[in-house]
Amino acid sequence: MKKTTLYLLAAALAALGIAGFLWKWKVLNFPVTPVAQTEVWEIQARVEYDAPRGPSRVVLQLPNDPPGYSILDERYVARGYGMAFAGIDGAREVQWQIRRAGGGEAVLYYRATIFRDERVPEFTDEPAVPVPGTWEEPFGTARAALLDDVREKSVDSTTFAAELVRRLNAQAPAEEVKLLTEQAATVDARARLAVSLLADRQVAARLLHGLLLDDSTTNAPLRTWLQVWDTDARVWNTVDAESGAVGWPRGLLVWKRGEAPLVDVTGGRNELVVFSTVRSLADALDTAKQRLESRDKNLIAYSLLDLPLQAQEVYKILLLVPVGAFIMLILRNLVGIKTFGTFMPVLIALAFNWTGLVPGVILFFTVISAGLLVRFYMERLKLLLVPRLTAVLIVVVMLMALVSVVSNRLGIEVGLNVALFPMIIMTMTIERVSVAWEERGAGYALSQAGGSIVIAALAYLVMKQANLQHLIFVFPELLLVLLAATLVLGRYSGYRLTELFRFRALARDPIAPAPAAAGDAAPASKPAE
Amino acid sequence: MFGLIETAKRLRSKGLMGIGQRNAEYVLRYNPRKFYPRVDDKLITKRLALDAGLPVPELYAVVREEHEIAALHDKIRGREQFVVKPAHGSGGDGILVINGRRGEKYRRTNGQFMSREEFDHHLSNMLSGLFSLGGQPDHILVEYCVQFDPIFENVSYKGVPDIRIIVFLGYPVMAMIRLPTRLSDGKANLHQGAIGVGIDIPTGLTRRGVWGNEPVKEHPDTEHSIVGLQIPRWDELLLIAARCYELSQLGYVGVDIVLDKNLGPLILELNARPGLAIQIANGNGLLHRLQRIQALEEAGTLSGDPAERVAFSRAHFPTT
Repeated sequence: MKKTTLYLLAAALAALGIAGFLWKWKVLNFPVTPVAQTEVWEIQARVEYDAPRGPSRVVLQLPNDPPGYSILDERYVARGYGMAFAGIDGAREVQWQIRRAGGGEAVLYYRATIFRDERVPEFTDEPAVPVPGTWEEPFGTARAALLDDVREKSVDSTTFAAELVRRLNAQAPAEEVKLLTEQAATVDARARLAVSLLADRQVAARLLHGLLLDDSTTNAPLRTWLQVWDTDARVWNTVDAESGAVGWPRGLLVWKRGEAPLVDVTGGRNELVVFSTVRSLADALDTAKQRLESRDKNLIAYSLLDLPLQAQEVYKILLLVPVGAFIMLILRNLVGIKTFGTFMPVLIALAFNWTGLVPGVILFFTVISAGLLVRFYMERLKLLLVPRLTAVLIVVVMLMALVSVVSNRLGIEVGLNVALFPMIIMTMTIERVSVAWEERGAGYALSQAGGSIVIAALAYLVMKQANLQHLIFVFPELLLVLLAATLVLGRYSGYRLTELFRFRALARDPIAPAPAAAGDAAPASKPAE
Repeated sequence: MFGLIETAKRLRSKGLMGIGQRNAEYVLRYNPRKFYPRVDDKLITKRLALDAGLPVPELYAVVREEHEIAALHDKIRGREQFVVKPAHGSGGDGILVINGRRGEKYRRTNGQFMSREEFDHHLSNMLSGLFSLGGQPDHILVEYCVQFDPIFENVSYKGVPDIRIIVFLGYPVMAMIRLPTRLSDGKANLHQGAIGVGIDIPTGLTRRGVWGNEPVKEHPDTEHSIVGLQIPRWDELLLIAARCYELSQLGYVGVDIVLDKNLGPLILELNARPGLAIQIANGNGLLHRLQRIQALEEAGTLSGDPAERVAFSRAHFPTT
């Protein structure tokens, strides 16, 4: 296979992995750090009205894909009522109906769990140019006077609207404002007035009603905002209908848009909606999961996050094995450290996860050295290979049990975790160390054992990074990036770091000793002096 | 850090080949896996060599099963000297060289005596795969013990010195002789402390030596000079090595040959992943030489005649 093919494959894998990661991170808002928490709000709209004895119908406007928020869950509490949903023009409403209410005060609830995703929303849907109305005197003159006056103090449609709102809501309003606002006692009514005033000057404007979520409260007012179309920037700008402040307020949950009343009761009286909000911090991962679920069930159903918790815990560890193996690949093929067995250090590193580094190394060396002593003795018994391995395995298990019991007596809790060391790996390590010891000498055996432990320790230090654990578990597609890196390293043919030391004699100039000339070859049979 | 980069640059300019490069660009590329058994199993190597008319040590016996170990003692009753080796062994591990007996005991080259029980245990370990590459069950070869050429008497400590020639696409590219030392326990393995001495391909003269990773001029045990030795029958050695390409079908192979006092050169074994220390022993990198032959390969002028290949190597690959 050509190198270019390999690199292309690696690039494709890496691109796939990174794309998946970015999508989940940026679009689905999966948290990249383990401690990330997000704001989750419980919003309750409580509808009260005096129900007649007989049929009645309640229509409540509901938030519809509110900008900056995602609705995770919705619940309706209305005993005895039939429920239907409707929606026109981006509005959404729930219709509760009852044929025979018992009379007296009726209470209905709408509850939603919503999540703030920190996006600043942008509104760019083009409006139709409004048509100015015609007005009787003295209203026509008053409107024109007010608009002209406001115009003097503004530079564009947004500041125009803001100034207008301020005048309409002023403590000591001007005469023409007094006249115009006679019929508009509430902020909401004045906002409607502002919309119609703006229409006189062919400025498109609309109303937003929403809650400002900044803390938990049992009685959150539904407030009004004005949106004004900026013909130059081609965007809707938001103006507070009371203060005239411009800009999208942080925490604004848009409950409804347009003219329809928040609640419309047919057959009842004295309807009232009370909003209460509860703020809580939830695990970002759970929230992302819920959001995803509310969007598309399959995305979660085929991910690790849907596994039973126990299985998730297992995968949190299992997914780290590739990371450890990759560390080992680097240390073996780029640095050139020698180890016993290909994956032995990774498995030891996994065991360190439970024991911690220093106690882990001590436990490991305790068991290995004790096992070696037994193994050296067995060498004298001249056992065949398989029985000998079995015998060492039995001894290793007994040693592990002994270490656990002794450390338990001594109150060293970490000693109990020795059981998590992979005993087959320990057995094979003991066997390999002892063979290498005998064949190649103690120095060689110890240096390889040391190399294995160094790699295990480094792999452990990397694997125990909580951020990394979280990243790999939540974004397992990052393993594709790891695979790509492995493929690329798979054809690394440069020097290993240790080779530079091994071959350093060759790098000296001139190389010593100089080659003997062909002529003065000393006969090797020359007797010793 | 700068020193390391400098070292790497110098090594690169000398054509030094690292283990990653050897594996990726030569072993994986030129050695088809299906031919590995030809060199990994010494029994197959021996058979192929005999078929090709190449000299190998005479095979006395093969042990394949545990129970055959007992019978072996009878088979080799008349032999004072012999070598026992695992068919899949590597790096000289597990090889037992017996050069005498006393009663029931066998004497090893290091002078130690081995009881029959110890001998049987060692063989049983070999059969169970303790010394074989993947740990798979193995079989055992019992063969002629080489009587080494007296020319090496002053420069080896017990054991048998052997000559390693790297053959690339049939061309001998680099050679060294490995001299056992006291440290290596009579074994001709550089990892275990044997000395490697580079041999100039055109002349067959030893040029410089390495012990561990450091250059040496004298044998540490005998204090005799190890440079300037003339390897006898050099042309014959190169020719045998070159012919091992046809035998093994491996493009990049290490050929280990011993010189017997009476029988001349004998092929001990072939190696599909020959080590890189030969470069230190020669003070030369392999890469330039390998690339020289790859140029022939690209030009389509590789020779099919071993003698021609040897002539090419002798003309082009002096130790500098």
